[in-house]
Amino acid sequence: MTPESPRLDGPAVRTTGLTKQFGSQRAVDGIDLLVPRGAVYGFLGPNGSGKTTTIRMLLGLISPSAGEIEVLGSPIPGGAADALPRVGALVEGPAFHPYLSGRENLVRLDAADRTADPATARRRIDTALERVGLMPVAGKRFRAYSLGMRQRLAIAGALLTPKDLMVLDEPTNGLDPQGTREVRSLIASLAQEGSTVLVSSHLLSEVEQVCSHVGVMHAGHLVAQGTSAEVRNVAATEARVETDQPAEAARVLHELGLTDVVTTATGASGRVGRVAPEKVVAACVHAGLAVTRFTVDAPTLEDVFVSLTGEGFDVSG
Amino acid sequence: MSAADATTDPTRSAAPPVVRRISARFFVSELRLVFRRRRNLAGLLVLASVPVLIAVAVRSTGSGGNEGPDFFGSITQNGLFVALSALTIEITLFLPLAVAVVAGDAVAGEANTGTLRYLLAVPVSRLRLLLVKYAALVVFAFVATFVVSLTGIAIGLALFGGGDVTLLSGTQVGFGAGLLRVVLASLYVGCAMASLAAVGLFVSTLTEQPIGATISVVVFSTASFILDAIPQVSWLHPFLIVHHWAAFGDLFRDPIAWDGVQRGLFVAAAYVVIFLAAAWSRFAAKDVTS
Ligand SMILES: Nc1ncnc2c1ncn2[C@@H]1O[C@H](COP(=O)(O)OP(=O)(O)OP(=O)(O)O)[C@@H](O)[C@H]1O
Ligand SMILES: [Mg+2]
Repeated sequence: MTPESPRLDGPAVRTTGLTKQFGSQRAVDGIDLLVPRGAVYGFLGPNGSGKTTTIRMLLGLISPSAGEIEVLGSPIPGGAADALPRVGALVEGPAFHPYLSGRENLVRLDAADRTADPATARRRIDTALERVGLMPVAGKRFRAYSLGMRQRLAIAGALLTPKDLMVLDEPTNGLDPQGTREVRSLIASLAQEGSTVLVSSHLLSEVEQVCSHVGVMHAGHLVAQGTSAEVRNVAATEARVETDQPAEAARVLHELGLTDVVTTATGASGRVGRVAPEKVVAACVHAGLAVTRFTVDAPTLEDVFVSLTGEGFDVSG
Repeated sequence: MSAADATTDPTRSAAPPVVRRISARFFVSELRLVFRRRRNLAGLLVLASVPVLIAVAVRSTGSGGNEGPDFFGSITQNGLFVALSALTIEITLFLPLAVAVVAGDAVAGEANTGTLRYLLAVPVSRLRLLLVKYAALVVFAFVATFVVSLTGIAIGLALFGGGDVTLLSGTQVGFGAGLLRVVLASLYVGCAMASLAAVGLFVSTLTEQPIGATISVVVFSTASFILDAIPQVSWLHPFLIVHHWAAFGDLFRDPIAWDGVQRGLFVAAAYVVIFLAAAWSRFAAKDVTS
């Protein structure tokens, strides 16, 4: 899709109150996912927080216990036949027939796709194999593939036809550093071509580099969602003012609406919350304070992640 | 934008139109999957070995004896009877087992390897998946049956020769007519195996363990044979999937006793309809969590 071509309006993915109950457990609990068109959406969350379960529902593999799903403008599962040909997916790791070669496995996937043109199958399969660097082992049986090769083949499988939405569940799992970098640049190039990408990952630094949007899952709840910048601001962005009048500075910060304001020997600091950091300096100067140093510590995604989902090592569920 | 906008959205047309082709590609791919798998080929080889064993055994002892099944005694007179003897023997276990292995694998095997979720995400509609799987199973059922009968015919003709066929009722028909009856018998047994495949497809939607599905199908057909042999439950016999399977022997009477064959085909069709419907109702909304 060229940048000039008219974009489809509406989000690529939208869910309302999406819930999945497994027995007594709510693996996904009333989430309102919103993935805008063209976004690279990082879908984060600790093990067992419900990411894969959500993705399975988006693809119509499991039916929601409650709530609605819309993918590329079509309801799921009702409109799956319209939406899914334009969705490429990697769900919970690669899965192929072990005794078929990588290429034969792709041929099978392509044969199953009624929207794929058989006349161009060979070329499309070659292109996909090349794109993930699997050409040299295309004729090898899948069972002889290494973990990274398997992962790459799954990505190739998702790229056989042009897609408007890529759903990638932990695409870098098992990949070497080169592979990881390639996946990152692949995501970037997909986004550049106009596709929307929904990528779940544990590698937060990874996500931070490529994602325009982030959603954070925790124990079945979507605890944060928005642009990367917005989500980072959900957690404590801390403003620190150094001045010779700490008490006065603390009062100004407090009046501005900063929270957790603390006074130190050299100044005061507080969480900016929704307050624009640049306003803090202006207010201090306005109050007649001699500001010697002003710092804003935006948290990394990892800080946000930990603050939203807790330090604990135990999985949810 | 609201959901209502999405349906009336003029820019919807900007999406590349989704063209769905009527194509046999998936079916062909499924056939390749079944017939290129070594295990299945080995199974066919085992099926083919039975008529060879029968023919060689009869040849080396010089007679089929009179205590064997109906067709055995006629083998030395005409090689075609090797095929019928082999069908008689294999219809109780080997043929159902071969069908059970492939049918049990149909959905459960894909679930087990995880390929099921990727097929459904392509997307392949669940109905289409079941129909393509069943179509491939039907092909396998007929191929398995014909492997038995054609091997039997070949080895039989080689070791015992052909010529006019003396039917079970004593009358003689020409070789061509006899051969036609063997083909008809094979088609009938193929239908019987296809009905068992429908049961297998259903069981295969219940589990992610193909071996479990296979064993269940074999237990089902074997239990049916056992029930069929217990006179106290004779009221049940007409409903058993295996009850009319041996009716292919009626094709070798003069005139042909179509009655049993017709009923057998009717029972087979009923099993196909019932178990495909059951498979569909089970699979249509099933959570695929494999
Ligand atoms: N088929 C199932 N039956 C019962 N519970 C399930 C099933 N699938 C998932 N769950 C539960 O749902 C919860 C969410 O699982 P899910 O696979 O969605 O987590 P995730 O976020 O993808 O985790 P990970 O990062 O480890 O992949 C877990 O507690 C899990 O045990
Ligand atoms: Mg997961």
